[in-house]
Amino acid sequence: MTTTATIKKGTVTGIISNLVMAVSDAPVAQNEICYMHVGEDQLLGEIIKVIGHDIYIQCFESTRGMKVGSTIRFTNEMLEVTLGPGMLSKIYDGLQNDLKKFDSLLIKRGKRSEALDSESRWHFIPLTQPGKTVQAGDWLGEVKENAIPHRIMVPFKLTGRFKLKNLVEEGDYGINDVIAVLESEEGERVDVKLWQKWPVKKPLKGYVEKVRPFAMLETGVRIIDTLIPIAEGGTGFIPGPFGTGKTVLQHAISKQANADVIIFAACGERANEIVDVFTEFPELDDPHTGRKLMERTIIIANTSNMPVAAREASVYTAMTIAEYFRNMGLKVLILADSTSRWAQALREMSNRLEELPGPDAFPMDLTAVIANFYARAGYVFLPNGATGSITFLGTVSPSGGNLKEPVTEATKKSARCFYALSQKRADQKRYPAVDPTESYSKYLEYPEMQNYLHENISSRWIDMVIRAKDILLRGREVHDQINILGDDGVPLDYHVQFWKAEIIDFVILQQDAFDTIDAMTPMARQKYMLQLVLQICQMEFDFKDFEEVSAFFKRIINKLKQLNYTTFESEPFKKIMEEYTVIVNEKRIA
Amino acid sequence: MEYKAFQPIFYNITRINKATCELQCHMASYDEMAIIHGRLAQVVKIVGNQVTLQVFSGTEGIPTNAEVLFTGDPPLLKVSEDLAGRFLNAYGRPIDNGPEILGEPRMIGGPSINPTKRERPSELILTGIAGIDLNNTLVTGQKIPFFADPEQPFNQVMADVALRAKADRIILGGIGLQHDDYLFFKNIFENAGAIDRIVSFINTTEDPSVERLLIPDMALTAAEYFAIDRNEKVLVLLTDLTLYCDALSIVSNNMDQISSKDNMPASLYSDLARLYEKAVQFPAGGSITIIAVTTLSGGDITHAIPDNTGYITEGQLFLRRDAEIGKTIVDPFRSLSRLKQLVIGKKTREDHPQVMNTAVRLYSDSANARTKLENGFDLNDYDKRCLSYAKEYSEKLLAIDVNVGIEDMLNTSWSLFSRYFKKEELAIRQDLVDKYWKN
Repeated sequence: MTTTATIKKGTVTGIISNLVMAVSDAPVAQNEICYMHVGEDQLLGEIIKVIGHDIYIQCFESTRGMKVGSTIRFTNEMLEVTLGPGMLSKIYDGLQNDLKKFDSLLIKRGKRSEALDSESRWHFIPLTQPGKTVQAGDWLGEVKENAIPHRIMVPFKLTGRFKLKNLVEEGDYGINDVIAVLESEEGERVDVKLWQKWPVKKPLKGYVEKVRPFAMLETGVRIIDTLIPIAEGGTGFIPGPFGTGKTVLQHAISKQANADVIIFAACGERANEIVDVFTEFPELDDPHTGRKLMERTIIIANTSNMPVAAREASVYTAMTIAEYFRNMGLKVLILADSTSRWAQALREMSNRLEELPGPDAFPMDLTAVIANFYARAGYVFLPNGATGSITFLGTVSPSGGNLKEPVTEATKKSARCFYALSQKRADQKRYPAVDPTESYSKYLEYPEMQNYLHENISSRWIDMVIRAKDILLRGREVHDQINILGDDGVPLDYHVQFWKAEIIDFVILQQDAFDTIDAMTPMARQKYMLQLVLQICQMEFDFKDFEEVSAFFKRIINKLKQLNYTTFESEPFKKIMEEYTVIVNEKRIA
Repeated sequence: MEYKAFQPIFYNITRINKATCELQCHMASYDEMAIIHGRLAQVVKIVGNQVTLQVFSGTEGIPTNAEVLFTGDPPLLKVSEDLAGRFLNAYGRPIDNGPEILGEPRMIGGPSINPTKRERPSELILTGIAGIDLNNTLVTGQKIPFFADPEQPFNQVMADVALRAKADRIILGGIGLQHDDYLFFKNIFENAGAIDRIVSFINTTEDPSVERLLIPDMALTAAEYFAIDRNEKVLVLLTDLTLYCDALSIVSNNMDQISSKDNMPASLYSDLARLYEKAVQFPAGGSITIIAVTTLSGGDITHAIPDNTGYITEGQLFLRRDAEIGKTIVDPFRSLSRLKQLVIGKKTREDHPQVMNTAVRLYSDSANARTKLENGFDLNDYDKRCLSYAKEYSEKLLAIDVNVGIEDMLNTSWSLFSRYFKKEELAIRQDLVDKYWKN
């Protein structure tokens, strides 16, 4: 769709690590993509600053061996992704190279691979007829990709209205076959194929309106769904010092979340974590459809040893792919691990550009960059009345575990759910180590969301959740009192309150992500357990002394934990419930 | 590096710092090696015709008319079977009076491994140390540092781990190693009869500090040769990476870069990740496991070096002196092996995960009891039992001088449980309690 009349060239004038300085006679644009020649290799870069004749380029690959005077070719285009059928189950790098298509063990620089499979055939079913008037984003037809109806849409780059001159009949087509011909009001003819391109840094819109999120996104993780729920189309972030279980929690969510497409942006993190995903996901079943998890997953892998500049690209690539699937009317969940690495990549570059630094040497516009990115999530209505959503959940790796550092602070202003991972809970092996009193979900305050929970779970659900939170808070307070005043120095009732909070902690909050049954708790079971636990929290008991209190509640916790390890409503489950009732009645005041 | 015929020589040096020199030149390529005044240097910045060289051995005595030659190559290491049993310096040259290494020159600090060509690590590394095998099980292809204060015996523990680990090849990268520790490693490897399995790259405190930047890349390039070309199980020991980071900050400071937290360069995370991510398990059987040392100052893990390290590595092993038993232990709270989930209960006995977690939780209860005791409160029966349990747990399992098999560690844990606790205090899955509880 763009026409390149002449080839624009430039020359390298300086190199500092991945920052390349250059000059060119031709006009260039901010964020324009270019190729720098080093020997036989052509290295990809992006213009990030222009001062007079000096052009500053961030190079996405190793600049080793580059010389002053090397040739640069500018492309007139921004960094783009290719969107079309075949993306599911793929493992891409930050620049959307299909990593499986590279033969060698080591990633050689200057190598590219196609994002889609040019050989593959797709069974196309038209969804409209020739003669109709269409515009960007309208569904022309669909192909079945794994379990997903992959809609083929009018290219988003087109502006204005078009007449659908021609649309192919149902049948098998390749990626590069023309499936539709459009004609603009000026009579210009546009061929549509199964794929299209879009620049990653521009939000891909094509929706009618973005509404306030109102539905819950089920994750099967009790502390999230029950206490701190995230909405479909919502945003959340998980800050935590290293070793507090960010990755395990994200993986659990990615396996269990009730979404159509999961996009994993591994941004500057460990390669072995990606290996985990692509080893496990092809084996594991999607709990909602019964198909393999990998079928709904796309991995964007920019591991920590890959070039830094591509880290920034990787999160934008993930978001753009998500927007494309959202506009098919699908529920998309993006998990980004971790946005701190992206912020650090921005910092490295800002530093090399000798910009005046903001807090902790991060660039001044960090907050704005993060806010703009989070704003691309949401729940939307499409022109044809369908709905789609992008839920975004990012992790943050605060330096020194300090939640007052710039990236955490900036993200806190943008994300609506805050899952603070606590070092103390992790040390006590209370996993997932989400701090139940520090963390929050703004969505619980949304009337739309309250309405949804009311209708879909129980009319008393919100009250129950608030009650559970109060018991936890009270438990923490009395625990401090007991620590200050001693076991004997507080009323016996304090011990009872403390242990009631412990029941909620052990039975609801703590969850074994590695146990096949406990790992995922469906909403019906979460409701049952919360009711059960609140019941016992409301009961009155008869105790002689505090030793008896702790002994009694430990037995209760032990039984309820066994319950969590047992199939819901099975015979063994019922048996444990009976035993539990016997224990409860030993001390209960009728 | 020998002189080639008709090679241009440059003399116009315009700026000399402690670690870098600048000269006017129009032909340098980024990252290539140069020889200035007979010393090895690397191109780290080019702006127009101003080229900045990082001089590894320092700039003392370099005159403004020094001779500069560019080699046209990035830093290289010659790799072959000849590396086995050798002690080399930061440039890959022998320091053991042996012959020069012959072999194929390989670029150090080369490209990263395609993540899709990796295999998920699944092979247990047993060390006999319960603080590691039981609580923080290691796996081939893992990368993990010891976090330790300088006075702790980390080099001894690392040498024990290396010799017990059944690796095909051990590669030692000594970064700012004390001369005494260098001799320690040399002796212990020789005495164990393992010298032929070992390649050492040594920079001692007597050597220039900027040379330290080359050691990890040299060690890892050698490791890649053995793991990729020869399908060997390679264990890389890097001690001490804090000194590597200090060298990074010296260079970045000399280049007028704005430092971030704790005066470290803004790129510290990427610089460390580039090294640690060389740890890998290949489908063909070869693997690189990295065990490193990061020394701390007063146990502070919020400092930029351990902090960034913790986010990169797959866990950390935290050494601490336990005053109660008068021994160094592997701290069960701050230590973590992220890859243990891949093997525990699968390659080890089924009760391993739950036993491990319960033992640590009870140990944590004992810490609460100790706080109570220190605050002058009466201890209840459970508190007292926790304290006695903790002492014995430290002595029999956490201490680094323990050397037993993994089954014994699990059995010891169960006997401690039954000595001090009731079944329902464990919160372990009932079928496991029924099977393993010791009456």
